[in-house]
Amino acid sequence: MQWETVIGLEVHVQLATRSKIFSGASTAFGAEPNTQACAVDLGLPGVLPVLNEQAVAMAVQFGLAVHADIAEVSVFDRKNYFYPDLPKGYQTSQMYHPIVGPGEVEITLEDGSTKRIRIHHAHLEEDAGKSLHEDFHGMTGIDLNRAGTPLLEIVSEPDMRSSKEAAAYLKAIHSIVTYLGISDGNMAEGSMRCDVNVSVRRTSQDPLGTRAEIKNVNSFRFVERAIAFEVERQIELIEDGGSVVQETRLFDPDRDETRSMRTKEEANDYRYFPCPDLLPVVLDQAYLDHLRGQLPELPADKRERFQNELGLSAYDANVISASRDMAEFFEAVHSVCGDAKQSANWVQGELSGALNRENLSIANSPISARQLGELISRVLDDTINGKAAKEVFQALWNGQGESADEVIDAKGLKQVTDTGAIEAMIDQVIADSPAQVAQYRDSEPEKRGKMIGYFVGQVMKASRGTANPQQVNGLLKEKLDALL
Amino acid sequence: MALEESHVRRAAHLARLAVSDDQASGFVDDLSRILDMVDQLQSLDTEGVMPLSHPLDATQRLRADEVTESNQRDTFQRCAPAVENGLYLVPRVVE
Repeated sequence: MQWETVIGLEVHVQLATRSKIFSGASTAFGAEPNTQACAVDLGLPGVLPVLNEQAVAMAVQFGLAVHADIAEVSVFDRKNYFYPDLPKGYQTSQMYHPIVGPGEVEITLEDGSTKRIRIHHAHLEEDAGKSLHEDFHGMTGIDLNRAGTPLLEIVSEPDMRSSKEAAAYLKAIHSIVTYLGISDGNMAEGSMRCDVNVSVRRTSQDPLGTRAEIKNVNSFRFVERAIAFEVERQIELIEDGGSVVQETRLFDPDRDETRSMRTKEEANDYRYFPCPDLLPVVLDQAYLDHLRGQLPELPADKRERFQNELGLSAYDANVISASRDMAEFFEAVHSVCGDAKQSANWVQGELSGALNRENLSIANSPISARQLGELISRVLDDTINGKAAKEVFQALWNGQGESADEVIDAKGLKQVTDTGAIEAMIDQVIADSPAQVAQYRDSEPEKRGKMIGYFVGQVMKASRGTANPQQVNGLLKEKLDALL
Repeated sequence: MALEESHVRRAAHLARLAVSDDQASGFVDDLSRILDMVDQLQSLDTEGVMPLSHPLDATQRLRADEVTESNQRDTFQRCAPAVENGLYLVPRVVE
């Protein structure tokens, strides 16, 4: 039986403001408990929230980046519920008039194809505090440092049809918010959190099935795994004659399953109403134009430019444009050496490999873009061969030298392209290898191609790896064949 | 709209308010009269009128993104019934 999976995502992005959305308390990560929770965050009587201009600007920038309608007037509402990490008894959010209206994001799938995912809206809200359930004499500890941290909740339409598409969408959102610099996108620290709505149906013509909401899926990998599990669970349930209940489930990465959260005795009734402490937020065209003018080149535009103007493959362009740091590093390398394909190969190959091994981000690369660009230039102008280039890379990585040229000089890696010098080495190798020469001469012509490898190896060894391999190959063949 | 006592009890529960039986029946009358007034308002034609989200004819002022609050944890925690290691302690919450 064929089933279609339908997925929608709600992504909570923590905005990278210095202070909270409605108070002047710091949002810095990792402070001592409750040292960054002020009277407004604690919901003490008589306080008045004042909206953070930067949070508004960041929400608008996101909206502009996803080609959304920005609301001229947006309104904050109170979402009422009781939980100890929410001291006011309500979360200030935007229910009816969110700041960002409908927009869309383009995602790139593994085969290089693209798909547009519609965004329903995005709204500003405040985060809650944190409950610590370790045992405090049978009580729960509450840290309100996070209370009042600005969040942008980005709600997609149910446009995704597989766990891969959902992961690609989440990556696209991650890439946009980090390009814009409106969030650090750190999923491990909770700067991006994701709720996944999943349902299944027999065909795409059927109405949407009943959905389950999976809460707090906090990595790209978990999104795929949680959806895979949930889809299988729902299909089995229906095929066994049951039906899916609309409920909230929790993904358990250790057991790789989703579990129903304890059903609340009373269905949620948040009794939203406009927050009387906050006035409508009105944005004028001049302000939007000002923010639009500050937008950086976004991942989709970079990808297109890398492909169309620099001639990178769809795959390379997609991988390199996904992170702003990597894209900018690549562009800096390219501006030094002038060869886009080689720059892409080195950045994705040797450099990314070395960074991964040492668990470093590209922003902390021990090799600068200038150093790498100069190294590639030396390969392009035949100063060094590919083997020596890797040695130079390693030396620069280890801080043994300031520039590629310095390392090449110090280690004597300059490629030997002087025909006379190479011929002299070849003559020496031939003179030193009478047995192999005899073997070469006596073997079938079609087998000689393979046997030449031995001689190439010896000559490269004699040159300490600096001879130009193509030249060595050609000259060797000439000289050996002359002996036949 | 005809309000029943169960509505009052539910609203009171959601708001975590203790309401006695006597009070509950009193609230049924009071709240019903308020809802009658709302019904009257809803009979007005509001086609093309922007919903009013705030009675003041003003717009939200924005503050610069600056940290202006210092750590006053000790002061704030003086009125908390239980604290430990800087945390506020509350009756155990079971997820």
